[in-house]
Amino acid sequence: MSETAPQPKTAAANPPVQPIGSNLLPSDVVRISATKDVPQPDRQLTKVAKLIDVSKCIGCKACQSACIEWNDTRPEVEENVGVYENPHDLTPNMFTLMRFTEWVNPETDNLEWLIRKDGCMHCEDPGCLKACPAPGAIVQYSNGIVDFIHENCIGCGYCVTGCPFDIPRISKVDHKSYKCTLCSDRVAVGQGPACAKACPTQAIVFGTKEDMIAHAEERIEDLKSRGYANAGIYDPAGVGGTHVIYVLHHADKPSIYDGLPDEPRISPVVEGWKGVTKTAGLAVMGVAAVGAAIHGIFARANKVAEHEEHEAEKLVQSGDGNGGTV
Amino acid sequence: MNIDLSRRGFFKLAGAGVAATSLGAMGFGEAEAAERAHVRAFKLATTTETRNTCPYCSVACGIIMYSKGDVKAGETAELIHIEGDADHPTNRGTLCPKGAALKDFVHAPTRLTKPRHRAAGASEFQDITWDEALDKIARAMKDDRDANFIQTNEAGVPVNRWTTTGFLAASATTNETAWLTYKTVRSMGIVGFDNQARV
Repeated sequence: MSETAPQPKTAAANPPVQPIGSNLLPSDVVRISATKDVPQPDRQLTKVAKLIDVSKCIGCKACQSACIEWNDTRPEVEENVGVYENPHDLTPNMFTLMRFTEWVNPETDNLEWLIRKDGCMHCEDPGCLKACPAPGAIVQYSNGIVDFIHENCIGCGYCVTGCPFDIPRISKVDHKSYKCTLCSDRVAVGQGPACAKACPTQAIVFGTKEDMIAHAEERIEDLKSRGYANAGIYDPAGVGGTHVIYVLHHADKPSIYDGLPDEPRISPVVEGWKGVTKTAGLAVMGVAAVGAAIHGIFARANKVAEHEEHEAEKLVQSGDGNGGTV
Repeated sequence: MNIDLSRRGFFKLAGAGVAATSLGAMGFGEAEAAERAHVRAFKLATTTETRNTCPYCSVACGIIMYSKGDVKAGETAELIHIEGDADHPTNRGTLCPKGAALKDFVHAPTRLTKPRHRAAGASEFQDITWDEALDKIARAMKDDRDANFIQTNEAGVPVNRWTTTGFLAASATTNETAWLTYKTVRSMGIVGFDNQARV
């Protein structure tokens, strides 16, 4: 383990088999769920991104196969209900899913078959991490990867509520939350994600975020020259940008791609609950604790004087003390 | 078991609890994760790589098979992963959904791993040895070729055709294997010859 793996620049490479030092270390974590004051790393890893060009996607699902094989997940075999999605939704065992939409373009009256690879977007400002109450269950590395540390997960499902894209899924077997890791174990040894390597049309490509943006711009220019005037990149600012970005031929209306949010942002409930409400709540608790402490110091227990004892006894003997007023 | 706790004692404990939680939540205590951040151990470390060709279609994509267990040391090798070969000119590392799921094809419980024979009239297949299988095939080919080989056409021109037997070969072949297969089959005069790899 003398050598440290290089940071990945592409998914088109054969993985090393000789042991090699990981380049994704605990010290590269920039954010940790339910933990404040995370020490900032000494180094900044190059930001990575996975680019999904939906105009090049043929919907073959090689990405799904490669994902299952790499992550050793086994989605259950389901009933065919006459749709192309297989399985029907993301599951704790299916981290990525091709979603198919038949859309009639009102301008041309043409039927367009829109295919989108759904999965974790690896937000720069991750809603799941913000919503998570379990210390260390969700971490963000300085290269942009948002990863779940399952040993720390309590299975509460807050990450699902916090996610603007509805991605994490809670396993009914071990009650932990699962989603795409951007193949963090491959990235750690200088490789790209399994889906991007397998993609036969290279609709999915992986590299530094800078390279991917440059590649996306080339693709957009090409699409515009082919009549897709609204072609554009989907790297939503509402979540600080993402590390999984799309090239869409209709970037003016992302929601036609099976409900891709037009303007994703973290739910105000999560922001409020974890922000103002939490601070206010803690302040109330703090004041109560301080008050209790002061009360404990200055206020002494009530003392019963001798004459009070005698008066009480008299009351009892006379019978007036025993509910005498009733 | 009875816990001897007075009303006053209970309030004291509860108060202390609230104070401790508040201090902790306000950041005075260290809220530390039980497990440090880590990525999954890289599962291909110290595996053996074997280059091969995908068996499915005529594109003949290059694949790398990763196995654990040293065959040279007398151990059994277990296939743990297959992915596209980025150095292969055909596919440059990519694979289709079937190729990407090849590991399950190899490990399939229904996979055929030895020759089987269903005798005429029998309802079940029987396992036979490779020698038996090749003998049976050779015998059948020889009998059919002797009976139906066409040496010349009606005009008397030599054609050396054998049209009554067909040959199907696998597609997981290199160019060299494909060349040999082609030569072997055509040299016997077989006309009906195909496989997925279109050799």
